[in-house]
Amino acid sequence: MMERIDVLKTYKLFIGGAFPRSESGRVYAISDPHGEHLANPSLASRKDLRDAVVAARSAFIGWSGATAYNRGQILYRMAEMVEGRSGQFVTEIVALEGVTPEVARQQVQESIDLLVWYAGWSDKISVVNGSTNPVSGPFYNFSIPEAIGVVVIFAEIENSLLNLVGAIAAVIVSGNTTVVIASEKYPLPAITFAECMATSDLPAGVVNVLTGKSSELAPWAASHMDVDAMDCSGLSSELLKQAQIEGVGNLKRIHTFSEIKSPERIVNFMEIKTVWHPIGI
Amino acid sequence: MSEPGQFSYAPALESAAIVSIRERYGLFIGGDFVEPNSDTFFATINPATEEKLSDIAGASAADVDRAVIAARVAYEKIWSPMPATERGKYLYRIARILQERAREFAVLETLDNGKPIRESRDTDMPLVAAHFFYHAGWTDKLNYAGVGAFPQPHGVVGQIIPWNFPMLMLAWKVAPALAAGNTVVLKPAETTSLTALLFAEVCQQAGLPAGVVNILTGDGSTGAALVNHPGIDKIAFTGSTEVGKLIATSIAGSSKSATLELGGKAANIVFDDAAIDEAVEGIVNGIFFNQGHVCCAGSRLLVQENIHDELLHKLKNRISLIRLGNPLDKNTDIGAINSAAQLAKINELAAAGDAEGGERWSAPCDIPDSGFWFAPTIFTGVSQTHRIAREEIFGPVLSVLTFRTPQEAIEKANNTPYGLSAGIWSEKGSKILWTASKLRAGVIWANTFNKFDPASPFGGYKESGWGREGGRHGLAAYLKASK
Amino acid sequence: MIVDGSEGSLKGYLRTLPPVDEVGAHARAAMLATRSIKTTSKSWAIDMAISMVDLTTLEGADTRGKVSALCAKAVRPDAMDLSVPSVGAVCVYNDMVGIARSKLDQIGGEKIPVAAVATAFPSGRASFAVKAQDTQDAINAGASEIDMVIDRGAFLSGRLGDVFEEIVKIKALCGEKAHLKVILETGELVTLDNVRKASYLAMLAGADFIKTSTGKVTPAATAPVVLVMLEAVRDFYALTAHRIGVKPAGGIRTTKDAIKQLVLVNEVAGAEWLNPNLFRIGASALLNDLLLQRMKMRDGFYSSPSYVTLD
Repeated sequence: MMERIDVLKTYKLFIGGAFPRSESGRVYAISDPHGEHLANPSLASRKDLRDAVVAARSAFIGWSGATAYNRGQILYRMAEMVEGRSGQFVTEIVALEGVTPEVARQQVQESIDLLVWYAGWSDKISVVNGSTNPVSGPFYNFSIPEAIGVVVIFAEIENSLLNLVGAIAAVIVSGNTTVVIASEKYPLPAITFAECMATSDLPAGVVNVLTGKSSELAPWAASHMDVDAMDCSGLSSELLKQAQIEGVGNLKRIHTFSEIKSPERIVNFMEIKTVWHPIGI
Repeated sequence: MSEPGQFSYAPALESAAIVSIRERYGLFIGGDFVEPNSDTFFATINPATEEKLSDIAGASAADVDRAVIAARVAYEKIWSPMPATERGKYLYRIARILQERAREFAVLETLDNGKPIRESRDTDMPLVAAHFFYHAGWTDKLNYAGVGAFPQPHGVVGQIIPWNFPMLMLAWKVAPALAAGNTVVLKPAETTSLTALLFAEVCQQAGLPAGVVNILTGDGSTGAALVNHPGIDKIAFTGSTEVGKLIATSIAGSSKSATLELGGKAANIVFDDAAIDEAVEGIVNGIFFNQGHVCCAGSRLLVQENIHDELLHKLKNRISLIRLGNPLDKNTDIGAINSAAQLAKINELAAAGDAEGGERWSAPCDIPDSGFWFAPTIFTGVSQTHRIAREEIFGPVLSVLTFRTPQEAIEKANNTPYGLSAGIWSEKGSKILWTASKLRAGVIWANTFNKFDPASPFGGYKESGWGREGGRHGLAAYLKASK
Repeated sequence: MIVDGSEGSLKGYLRTLPPVDEVGAHARAAMLATRSIKTTSKSWAIDMAISMVDLTTLEGADTRGKVSALCAKAVRPDAMDLSVPSVGAVCVYNDMVGIARSKLDQIGGEKIPVAAVATAFPSGRASFAVKAQDTQDAINAGASEIDMVIDRGAFLSGRLGDVFEEIVKIKALCGEKAHLKVILETGELVTLDNVRKASYLAMLAGADFIKTSTGKVTPAATAPVVLVMLEAVRDFYALTAHRIGVKPAGGIRTTKDAIKQLVLVNEVAGAEWLNPNLFRIGASALLNDLLLQRMKMRDGFYSSPSYVTLD
């Protein structure tokens, strides 16, 4: 009896809520540990990056203007979607990382729980990061944390899903929008995660996912004057230094993190606005 | 049918078919509905029609004991050892199911409480889900709640809630208690138990472990038994100041902590530089929302004397538009008074207002033949010594007083044993902030009124109670620092 | 005299108007949008809305053919159901007025007025002489309603006297022959405080109607804007015993939208305004949606665009 032929998934980029191929037409081959061909994901170009930044910028006003409650619900829904797709993620992680299904499942569950953890911060980060300030004088004075804008993420590449999910959640929960460059080595779960985001009521352009070479794209991201900040946790030290130099043009806020689960990752992509108002009749 | 020059709205009834009410309800203990030990039941009615809806169990002291034991076992064996994120995921599930079944809950709330379907649908139920969502996110972040690096729950919490916002009060109590790691025994109000009992079904659907939430219906004696039970570590109560004081007395000398959210007689202050049309809306919302059954109602209008006549004229025109009637009609603005007893209280105080020399004016509403109703009413020419300026009426009755200067407004506003809430209407920012800084009230609404959010702490000064609900402050009440 | 037309008097008076709290106004408008208008009330409201429609075509590509077809639709919106009322007016550019008037008279639409947009509609950026001529041409051609635009540039730069004076002069040209609607272009005024001030300015200068928008700018007739304008006419009546009409235009596309407008009128200004002499709706696509909903009320099942005519 003949074995059933699988319908293989096509892995494209995720920009502005849609899944286009790279404008360069480039792809590269990904195989599983036995050498079986898995997919030809897109190899993103600097023009894809440029388009993604445009998409992220136009999504910023709406997303940062949404209520914290709304953002939290959407992140929770992303967790719902990932939970529903656990099987596909497990398959991809096994194929890419060469781990057992049990280990892969563990990573998927941690990713879901990490999304839920970050979702809960949306309407609580102000407790940690905002304040009313007892200035001397008849003034009401308060400090409000606000989203910074467009953040480009090069996530740590120890694993193919968990670090990516955590980096994205931390950046967007406060209202930032983002362009994420998934590593060349681990493209597939990043795009499957994009499919989850696309079905989570996340507005188009809030998260954009490119698969490609960080060495090629990092300099372009770092020099881009409409990118406000970067998470460079996944870059080598040379690429990081280069990014820091290129980023000086518009004084990008460039950060790296070692903890995947920390409110620091949220706070570092916010600006503090302090307002004064007199008190008097 | 509308005539030329008249646009009357035909009945637009929300269907009650979405709800299925059992003939009789037991108590929800240890994850299941069980028969009450006392075999006592009492009827719950629809206050708009006086028709019976169902029979509700009256929990005895023995039932209270059962429930507290179930809550204790669940606390020690299941809830407390559970990893925090997992606890949070239960609360997220509950929030989601409350969203899914929101319409059903809204209709049931309207049937049992008498409030308009528009309110239960657009205000109560969305806030209920929001409270669970908000607190779900706190479970694994308790070290940021301001109670030290390793805060601990109290244990088993006894919670008693009133009839004015049955589901919302349930959410305000249960969500933070569970988020902090406590387990709960909750007693809903006698006249409005049905949505709490439906909530028990939601707990089941969410797979919430047995005993984490227990629901005991009953009257004041059930409440007293719960307060006095030695197995309760903390009490949370919302209700009258009178009963709040009884509870405080009962727990004196014990190690039980308590939060109390009690009565109010809020001043709604309108300055002459207010946005007048929005102030009129704020006044109407402040006292007539939820039939005035609101502890934080703006029941004293303090209007700057130089705009008194203009404001009252607009206010009366606006109040005349209020639609009183069938709470299931989507166009109803003001529904039924929750019970005959409450209606009697309102009438008594309104009569006192007449006797004391206040000028009564009521909206010209058609009052239905059956049910408990009170037309929106204002008393002008009221002074601080009048009973209707001092005592909480808990009904749609507004007392109107005047002031000349901001200082006088403050003095009059603060001249009350209560201190729950206040309103300020002015377009001048510095004056708003000055007035807010001087008011002795726990919740101050500037250029708005009756706004609630799970992230916003709510509670009163003085005899309006102890502690806050909502926000980090509200959560902290359900935690204690570990040694 | 409330104001004497001088810059100082106008500025002084408008400053005394109470401010509008935007959040509160939006909340009231949103609450009124929850009114559920069903069965007999809905049928009544649909017919009332149809009778209030100023059926409009204001395109550069307008022709005799287009305007004639619009007039036919205005007189008999539904060829298969003669119980449908005719609309409130036909609204066109001034060089189409003659065509509209004669067509209407030809097909039994004598009672339907022709409204002309005027004063360098939609921008209002032209000399007063041009604006006056624009208006005069329309009146000469048979327009009995003039929808003028205010000079928003003058308003926003504080030349209130200029805005006032233009309205007074255009009103004088209208005389007894035409009623004057003054378009505020609320989308360009942006704040509700400005909408309130501009409403009073227009009414004090002699407007018979205050109108939200040209329909060429978004946002146009949002609920909070219409709310504030209805409050203005209500309060102006209390002040002067004159009832001024209100016309929302732009963005009102569905029956639901139209009924929400009627609810606003009912509960903000009052039922006295619920007639075409005091409330109009500037629209084009709305009419067909009203007809579709009317059919559904009549027949008990949902209809389809195939059953209403394009023109």
